[in-house]
Amino acid sequence: MLKLSWHAISGHLILILGAIFMTAPVWVAFMSSTHSAETLFREGLQAWPGGHFFENYNEVLFVEGGVMKRVTASMMLWNSLLLGIGFAIGKVVISTLAAYAIVYFRFRLATPLFWIIFMTLLLPLEVRIIPSYEVVAGMGLLDTHTGLILPLIASATGTFYFRQFYKSVPEELLEAARLDGANAWQFFIDILIPISKTMIAAILIIMFVVGWNQYLWPLIMTTNEDNYTLVIGIKQIYQVLSEGGELPQFQKAYALTILATLPPVIVVLVFQSWFVKGLVESEK
Amino acid sequence: MAEVKLTNVNKVYSNGAHAVRGVNMEIADGEFIVFVGPSGCGKSTLLRMVAGLETVTEGDLFIDENRINDVSPAERNVAMVFQNYALYPHMTVRGNMSYGLKNRGDSKEEIEQKVIAAAKTLHIEDFLDRQPNQLSGGQRQRVAMGRAIVRNPKVFLFDEPLSNLDAKLRVQMRIEIKKLQRKMGVTSIYVTHDQTEAMTLADRLAVINNGQIEQMGKPIELYKDPKTLFVASFIGSPQVNLLLVQYDGKFLKSGSLEIGGFEGLPIAEELVLGLRPEHLRIDDQGKLTMKIDLVEQHGADNLIYGSLEGAKNEDGDDLELCLRLNQDQEPSIGDTIKLSYDHSNALVFNKETGNRLI
Repeated sequence: MLKLSWHAISGHLILILGAIFMTAPVWVAFMSSTHSAETLFREGLQAWPGGHFFENYNEVLFVEGGVMKRVTASMMLWNSLLLGIGFAIGKVVISTLAAYAIVYFRFRLATPLFWIIFMTLLLPLEVRIIPSYEVVAGMGLLDTHTGLILPLIASATGTFYFRQFYKSVPEELLEAARLDGANAWQFFIDILIPISKTMIAAILIIMFVVGWNQYLWPLIMTTNEDNYTLVIGIKQIYQVLSEGGELPQFQKAYALTILATLPPVIVVLVFQSWFVKGLVESEK
Repeated sequence: MAEVKLTNVNKVYSNGAHAVRGVNMEIADGEFIVFVGPSGCGKSTLLRMVAGLETVTEGDLFIDENRINDVSPAERNVAMVFQNYALYPHMTVRGNMSYGLKNRGDSKEEIEQKVIAAAKTLHIEDFLDRQPNQLSGGQRQRVAMGRAIVRNPKVFLFDEPLSNLDAKLRVQMRIEIKKLQRKMGVTSIYVTHDQTEAMTLADRLAVINNGQIEQMGKPIELYKDPKTLFVASFIGSPQVNLLLVQYDGKFLKSGSLEIGGFEGLPIAEELVLGLRPEHLRIDDQGKLTMKIDLVEQHGADNLIYGSLEGAKNEDGDDLELCLRLNQDQEPSIGDTIKLSYDHSNALVFNKETGNRLI
């Protein structure tokens, strides 16, 4: 009995330590965001709640700031949401269509094309960032939401996942649909998309988080503060902190950081059952 | 209601495989035709060509008087039941059955009415709002058939529809398919490799081998009067006993065994004598001597396996023979018995060409 409980206690101790290790920074950032700038400047990071929660968050969210005094966190939140959602939906639309073309239309170049797409997995955005910038600039899309999202939505990973999934769909399903009078488009919309919906949900969630966390591309693309995303905003605030002669506004930076982590956390929490299902489920 | 006609139909795949070779066939209105043959013989390809899922390399397909080579599958007005059912997994039974009608542009009331009627015929009206993964194999099979009959097609096509079911259910569904087809009177083509299924379902049976029709006719005709060695060995369970023999003008000889009573056969050529298990009987005056290795009791009858004395198979071992006796005749293992055979039912083939001589 005693032995067993020791076992349990030591196990739990390790788990508790791990949990503290993981969550402590988030906790400290959250707590610090509820103190005044003076407290933080004088006493450093705070581990317990202060009295400035509403004041700080209100200021960050709704009082216009930045160099031009026009940026609010709510605006950045909106921009980030647009980027995350646009990025995720765009990627899913493009990759389902691309995979559909590769798997179901047996044109001569399907296989080489697939491998070319697959090889672009090896090329990160950073490698093509200057040509991409050139193209977007040439199209006059700098500083627009379209320019922010469009160049990112081609997805080798997504195409690869959907290709593998479509290949596992029995051929007879397509044949049954053809006998039922469905054309290529109807088969895609009526049959293929519904049976891949858990897969789509999983990809949407992953891509939303990836889109939300985009840093380099929005940084290069956006010069107008109206188009800043939250991730850029955090970076800007730290920059101001290190330059300005005023009292550093650490509490705002922390508030912004907390705000920036919230949406991805919410999305994953809400959709996690779908997410897991999409990754493990195989259709019968 | 439709007649189906195939004239000199060929299928050559892009890799050069010649899957179907010059098939000619006329199927009458309401007839139940079964294609039977070993796997890879081209029977499924032929069916899929009628469905429009494979292109026709050469030759013509007709439904009634219309040439349908270039008509899309949906417009041929045929319905197919697949081996793995191919139900749309995300749709309810109702959705599965109505999808084709919806695409055809039928009105909502019409669709509902037809779906209910078809569901009643197949006794699946209680499952209409379930999804395929909530159904058993037999129920899924019914839904797949429901999806076919709801469209009231000119031709039913079945691609080994029962091979995923367990033995008992297979027999039950086989009977139902036959009854349903009789009742609806729709021309049907059914592909199977199971010769029992083929014999019991078919009005006429086409034995297909190597892309060609070996023989086509009523099941009992094919059984009693096979034109080739392949048909004889494919139809009938247990398989016909085949003895490798030569004719010397008087006897068919196999090893030291001499079998008399045959006339007019080519001399000194390799021949095959076919004796069906039910045409052999125990007879103390018989010429054949068999040592019993195994007795299988099937209830109504017993199957006796053993080696035939004197006769050798191609490997030089004693020839294995099977004989069917009724249930009260049960010799024991190790016994040696004398057999005689029914002369009028003996089949003789040319070994090289496979053609029947007697």
